Amino acid sequence: MPDDSPGSATVARFGAKRLVVAADARARAGGVLPGMAVSHAQTLLPELAIAPADPAADATGLHALAVWCLRRYSPVVAIDAPDGLWIDMTGCTHFWPDEAALLADMAARLAARGVGARAAIAATPGAAHALARHAEVRLSVLDGGLPTLPSALAGLPATALRLDQDSLAVLGRLGFDTIGQIAAAARAPLARRLGRQVLARLDQAFGRADETLAPISPPRMVDAECRFAEPVYTPAGMARATGLLVEALCERLTRDGLGASRLDLACQRVDGQVQVLRISTAASSRAPAHLTRLLQERLEGIDAGFGIEHMRLSAPLVDRLDARQLVAGFDAPPETDLSGLVDTLMNRLGASRLYRVAAVDSDVPERSTRRIPPLAPAAPWNLTRSWPRPARLLTPPQEVQVMALLPDYPPARFTWRRRQHRVMRADGPERIFGEWWKRDGEANAVRDYFQVEDEEGARFWLFRRGDGIDPETGDHRWFVHGVFG
Amino acid sequence: MPPFSSLTELRARIRVLERPSDRNHNVLPFGLPDLDRRLPGLGLKRGALHEVAGPHCGTAGVLFAAGIAARLSGPILWCWQHATRERFLPGLLMAGLDPDRVLCAEAMDGAGVLQVLEEGLRHFGLACVIGELARLPMTASRRLNLAAEGSGVMALALSRGGGELAGSLPTAALTRWRVAHLPSPGPLARTAAGMPAAPGRGRWRLELTRCRGGEPASWIVEACDAQGRLALPAVLANRPARPAATPDAIWQAMPDPIQRATPDTVWRDAG
Repeated sequence: MPDDSPGSATVARFGAKRLVVAADARARAGGVLPGMAVSHAQTLLPELAIAPADPAADATGLHALAVWCLRRYSPVVAIDAPDGLWIDMTGCTHFWPDEAALLADMAARLAARGVGARAAIAATPGAAHALARHAEVRLSVLDGGLPTLPSALAGLPATALRLDQDSLAVLGRLGFDTIGQIAAAARAPLARRLGRQVLARLDQAFGRADETLAPISPPRMVDAECRFAEPVYTPAGMARATGLLVEALCERLTRDGLGASRLDLACQRVDGQVQVLRISTAASSRAPAHLTRLLQERLEGIDAGFGIEHMRLSAPLVDRLDARQLVAGFDAPPETDLSGLVDTLMNRLGASRLYRVAAVDSDVPERSTRRIPPLAPAAPWNLTRSWPRPARLLTPPQEVQVMALLPDYPPARFTWRRRQHRVMRADGPERIFGEWWKRDGEANAVRDYFQVEDEEGARFWLFRRGDGIDPETGDHRWFVHGVFG
Repeated sequence: MPPFSSLTELRARIRVLERPSDRNHNVLPFGLPDLDRRLPGLGLKRGALHEVAGPHCGTAGVLFAAGIAARLSGPILWCWQHATRERFLPGLLMAGLDPDRVLCAEAMDGAGVLQVLEEGLRHFGLACVIGELARLPMTASRRLNLAAEGSGVMALALSRGGGELAGSLPTAALTRWRVAHLPSPGPLARTAAGMPAAPGRGRWRLELTRCRGGEPASWIVEACDAQGRLALPAVLANRPARPAATPDAIWQAMPDPIQRATPDTVWRDAG
């Protein structure tokens, strides 16, 4: 679609009328809304690009998106027709530092695929549906579980409740605009007037009534499952069953020459509830001992209740893994393979909590490092740096009171954290210029760094903002930025 | 049978009774005979837990640990609490540790750090695991020590914030070190322009406060160089040999804390 087009919309025929079914962002900005007559839309935007709606293709696309989410985010993904997906994230959020980060990651990845998305995380499918579509922000996370739902949803319009057109029309006539108003009304007259649906949807949104998602059936995956004659509820029994499943799965992986980098363990309880565990590995693997250990470590997250009658282990992400000779010789040193340790720690701490640090080509200390994944290829460090760097960097730098001669003497004494230090030795200045290509404010900025030693031998890294002469380079205040050993 | 030989025999029998893995794991010498001969096995044992503490944010202790890690080969797991400030890895280059070898892990709390350390110690591929802890209970230290003995990976427990890890309580650690910085030797020197002279290589007072199978000792050393090696200051290295370097003699050789307040005293005492 060319950039200067005024927007596009899909249309379909309803009886004698042709109505807009969906409109993109540009068309909506021009006033074209779904449900509008096509002639009306064309009056508003004469150059509107119109295509016939194709519900079957929409459904296929949505299903493809659901499969993508299934591989990446959670094994339980259900389709919320016509334009949404439910993803049950229970047991799968530990890969991200928090839920907001998870949503941001999801939105960014979808945007990269050309999908603009709104998303919400809430305790019930109904609430998530309402918040994703009607919250003021594009991505919202509702913490606090069920008790907070009524107040969080109160301000949303009644359309957020997934009601049919007739009920919405009646509600509108009766003067109910928001979910809060419906929740506050007496239930019996409401049920008499509108039927069961409204109250059922309300209860589902607030978590008073159960709602089971109908997850899409996963695409063909390498999997293993077992059904138990007697429900299993002891931790030992679950661990044993997990071990057997992993062995069966690994056998299949070996046969196909594949390695799994993600495993889902779905446990179905006798009451029909399905609980899911997901683990991922940094490098694909089919070592039963390693995978069993990763799964068993997280088994305690599963509440067996009255027992588990069905367990299914599947590998949503697999790739080619060719056989490798493990023992090369008697005296060859064992090759260091950290992937086992990295997997264990990552599944325990979260992916963002385990990293290596690589050098960045920047003299500004705060910008001189960046995090890289633990198993990233070796990143070279310049091992012969001429100026020393402290073992501990204070972020942000802390201001100190000093006595110093301008322009280029180190301080004679300085006060940091209410303690006065007399400078006995000093080295400097190391002048670091601002990176004007990063921020306008740094165009003239200068920092002069000194390594100083006080009378007790403690060594500090002090800097002065500015070059000591020209006030444009900085305000000549002093900061301590680090502590040497 | 003279008593001397029965003692040797007893030692040999005890050595057999000890964990068999013990015999396979060698030690990491400091390369300074003065230090090494005070340690059982003439160096820092690899498959064991060692504690490092130090005053003033403990940065000297951090560099001491980094220097040890630098002289081992292989990847290093460095773990701290998420809430504490991130270690500035370029600073470790000062002690010769290539930051690319360091795998950083952030745990939620002190118990999490201990778990990560133990997990790392069970992994044969690592050179050493380093954990920054606020305290180290006896049970936890014993677990770490056992895990280290099993794999031969060295464990270093650094005190977070510099205080003592277990106070004066014993832990299962093989050695306990205390590293404090000392002023540069010599009187306050100024350059012709009136600027103070540049600080040279740092100086530490290195104390071995606890050592299983050895005696406590204390030294004045020069900080780790870019290869992670310590050195004895020239004035100490070239002094006439003391007849008996008992711990008492070394304690006497140390300036006492009150005298240490000015650098000049240290200079005189050290010389």
